[in-house]
Amino acid sequence: MTFLPKPTMHHPELPTNTLGYTRRDYEGAVSTLCAGCGHDSISAAIVRACYELDLPPHRIAKLSGIGCSSKTPTYFLGNSHGFNSVHGRMPSVLTGANLANRDLIYLGVSGDGDSASIGLGQFAHAMRRGVNMVYIVENNGVYGLTKGQFSATSDRGAKSKKGVENNDEAIDLVSMAIQLGATFVARSFSGDKTQLVPLIQAALEHQGAAFIDCISPCVAFNNHVGSTKSFDYVREHNEAVNYLDVITGRDEITVDYAPGSVEIVKQHDGSLLRLRKLAGDYDITSRAQAMGFLQTHAEAGEIVTGLLYVDPEPLDMHHYLKTAKAPLNGMTETDLCPGSAALEKLNASLR
Amino acid sequence: MLPTDVRNPDYFHKVVDCQWACPAHTPVPEYIRLIAAGRYDDAYMVNWQSNVFPGVLGRTCDRPCEPACRRGRVEEEPVAICRLKRVAADNKGNVSARMPKPASSTNGKRIALVGAGPASLTVARDLAPLGYEVTVFDEFKQGGGMIRSQIPKFRLPEEIIDEEVGYILDLGVKTEFGKRVDSLKGLIDEGYDAIFVGTGAPRGRDLDIPGRQVAAANIHIGIDWLSSVSFGHITSIGRRVIVLGGGNTAMDCCRSSRRLGGDDVKVIVRSGFEEMKASPWEKSDAIHEDIPIINFLVPKEFTHQDGKLTGVVFEKVKAEYDEKGRRKLVNAGEPDIHHECDDVLVAVGQENSFPWIERDIGLEFDRWDMPVVDETTFRSTHPKVYFGGDSAFGPKNIIWAVAHGHQAAISIDLACRGEELTNRPPPKTWLNSQKMGIHEWSYDNDISNDLRYIVPHQDKKIALADIKTEVELGFDLKQAFAEAQRCFNCDVQTVFTEDACIECDACVDICPTDCITFTDNAPEDELRTHLSAPALNLTQDLYVSTDLKTGRVMVKDEDVCLHCGLCAERCPTGAWDMQRFLLDMAKAGSACSKS
Repeated sequence: MTFLPKPTMHHPELPTNTLGYTRRDYEGAVSTLCAGCGHDSISAAIVRACYELDLPPHRIAKLSGIGCSSKTPTYFLGNSHGFNSVHGRMPSVLTGANLANRDLIYLGVSGDGDSASIGLGQFAHAMRRGVNMVYIVENNGVYGLTKGQFSATSDRGAKSKKGVENNDEAIDLVSMAIQLGATFVARSFSGDKTQLVPLIQAALEHQGAAFIDCISPCVAFNNHVGSTKSFDYVREHNEAVNYLDVITGRDEITVDYAPGSVEIVKQHDGSLLRLRKLAGDYDITSRAQAMGFLQTHAEAGEIVTGLLYVDPEPLDMHHYLKTAKAPLNGMTETDLCPGSAALEKLNASLR
Repeated sequence: MLPTDVRNPDYFHKVVDCQWACPAHTPVPEYIRLIAAGRYDDAYMVNWQSNVFPGVLGRTCDRPCEPACRRGRVEEEPVAICRLKRVAADNKGNVSARMPKPASSTNGKRIALVGAGPASLTVARDLAPLGYEVTVFDEFKQGGGMIRSQIPKFRLPEEIIDEEVGYILDLGVKTEFGKRVDSLKGLIDEGYDAIFVGTGAPRGRDLDIPGRQVAAANIHIGIDWLSSVSFGHITSIGRRVIVLGGGNTAMDCCRSSRRLGGDDVKVIVRSGFEEMKASPWEKSDAIHEDIPIINFLVPKEFTHQDGKLTGVVFEKVKAEYDEKGRRKLVNAGEPDIHHECDDVLVAVGQENSFPWIERDIGLEFDRWDMPVVDETTFRSTHPKVYFGGDSAFGPKNIIWAVAHGHQAAISIDLACRGEELTNRPPPKTWLNSQKMGIHEWSYDNDISNDLRYIVPHQDKKIALADIKTEVELGFDLKQAFAEAQRCFNCDVQTVFTEDACIECDACVDICPTDCITFTDNAPEDELRTHLSAPALNLTQDLYVSTDLKTGRVMVKDEDVCLHCGLCAERCPTGAWDMQRFLLDMAKAGSACSKS
């Protein structure tokens, strides 16, 4: 960590987005995580994604649980709404917030401990309910705050910093998310912003449950030989399926890639995802094919990254629950309390 | 791009923009840190070793360092380097014990210095402690040259000159003051081992237009008039004064006039206001003293009545530019203007003049009647004669004279020891880590957001009442500290060690000015366009690493780096380190160098 706040001085040519904000305006307080933490790179990627999408900071809500990862919302989007919840309970709080105000953009930030251990049930239900959110797991495979014990996403056979081998099977949150009904599922790596930033942008544009498992090396406890979540290991075993460009609004669509190497997916909000395919000849809108692809590559010891599954026409929790279109804070007393006549009518209908 | 060779002293030297821009290469951030620490004696000595006249320069330097200051590119205004130098000079204690001692024995070599200005005195300072028998000749009774004769006392009090000239003369330098050298040949014949000519550019240019001779009594040459004022021969001037010219001499003339009885003083200049040669701060100081600067007027004729000056007629001109962008002043098509006045000061430039140098002694002059002088060694075509300061390449500033003096002293020393003049000693450099703890550095890396502080001035009424009252009061210690904190410490370098880097991006993410990029290597012009922030300032280098594990390279654009050290603080492996780079220019011998 550093004692000093990041200087407010910036590059004299720093550009602004259509809202007049610079990228620096999307930053938060200076990080107190260990120097070199992958989580800080993810924070920087979120900052860039929101800046480039011209998102008004006050329309974003960032929620987290407990852990190194869950500290990070302090370090980005300093002008957005924030809620630091109980360990593993971010999905419930976020679901509640989303029900009350569907107009905000919800960003849930969690870690492998917060989501795959104590909060596994919460994670599962947020996915299967189709809460319209971006759910990012900053996955380093260890409990960093308690000095590096294996977490539930640590691979069987991986070695701890002291040389102890992990005997338990790893939970693969990506497979679970696809299986549980998330409509946008991706995996990425904190050390590859070229891939990560557009994935976060696409997820923010996605109008359903979007899940990103982001491998984020813990430099203090899980960046050694024998670790399967170190910078070197991930770079060696990274099987990038695709890179995407997110095209919003009036951007012109130009396809200058070899035929068959580019696929355009149109999301419900009108944004286009241009996928530059590198590997994996399967239909990413098919859950079954995505699952199969993941299993095969996991067996081969490869870490598959990229956008792995997407439903271009997602439905979300509000649709299933048939909730009102307006957020609660936008309703007047008459909307919320329709009066005795309406109550009588309702009661009568239930008799 | 090829990996950057940071072992070449020029690489890190160039990053310290102020030091690189300074002709004498004074280690600016080093002394600014000492000022912030309240170590004024040390700050003064760092200056003195390098630029010889800190107290004088802290008031009068043309400050080539300030336009170069990195802060001016990130914020708006550069650090007030020049006035911080004055803080060191004003607040130091008695430093005489720290000055070099006169040589205990002579080395038998005799050196003559003609003119006792900054160039000659620098040569004297560098050579005297080494045992050279140095004799300085000057027509005036005191040393200092133009520092004493031409700079008005309200900008530079006499005691500052006495003190700093004194430090040099105390080194056992012989003086022949009040004695004009009339023949170089005669001097050579006296058997000196080397002769250094530092006679400046002593002749003010005249304006030969109608009326000049008739009204001569009230038309004065600027630099001659200033020197007469300096030595107390002139104590008054007419009520209405016109100063012709747009350089710093013109500014000194008009401001001096205001103090000697001129209450309607104006500066009239041929060019546009913006193109004037005077430093911007000198122009604004003149305007502040109610002196209008009127531009685009070319003097045509001095008007007079009964042999007495009545005014000047001017032709109105405008600037026109040809296809090559060269400016030409052409008649604006408007009627001429007459400005009435009692006195005119002509400050339209100054020239060299060497009537005392015989042309048949093997010393070549060029077609502009300037001596042919080597730009590195400062030796003329006569093996024993050297030139420096304004007399070498025409009018410049004090700091250039000092730089010339150092180089000439090196040459003289080499020649007297029978060595090749091209065999010039390299600068001494130091590069040391500033790391004190996980996030502690031995320099203050917190970036101050303060804007440039303005030096307090004497009340105008008091300032104008006496020509010896100094106008600028200098920063007080609180302001000096705050201004010193604006310095980015550009000499504390970001040093990158490839082998340690794990490419975690922490430095890229934390850098407040987007200086760092990890990318595939490419030719420089291409690389400059695809960095975190495009590197469009081509005068600033890119720091490129060797290939990293992923095959990429680290590229750092030095342009707007704040030297805040956050890259090094956020680096988990110490691949980045903050290291102080100190460069001490070589001088003749080591008596006046950092040990």
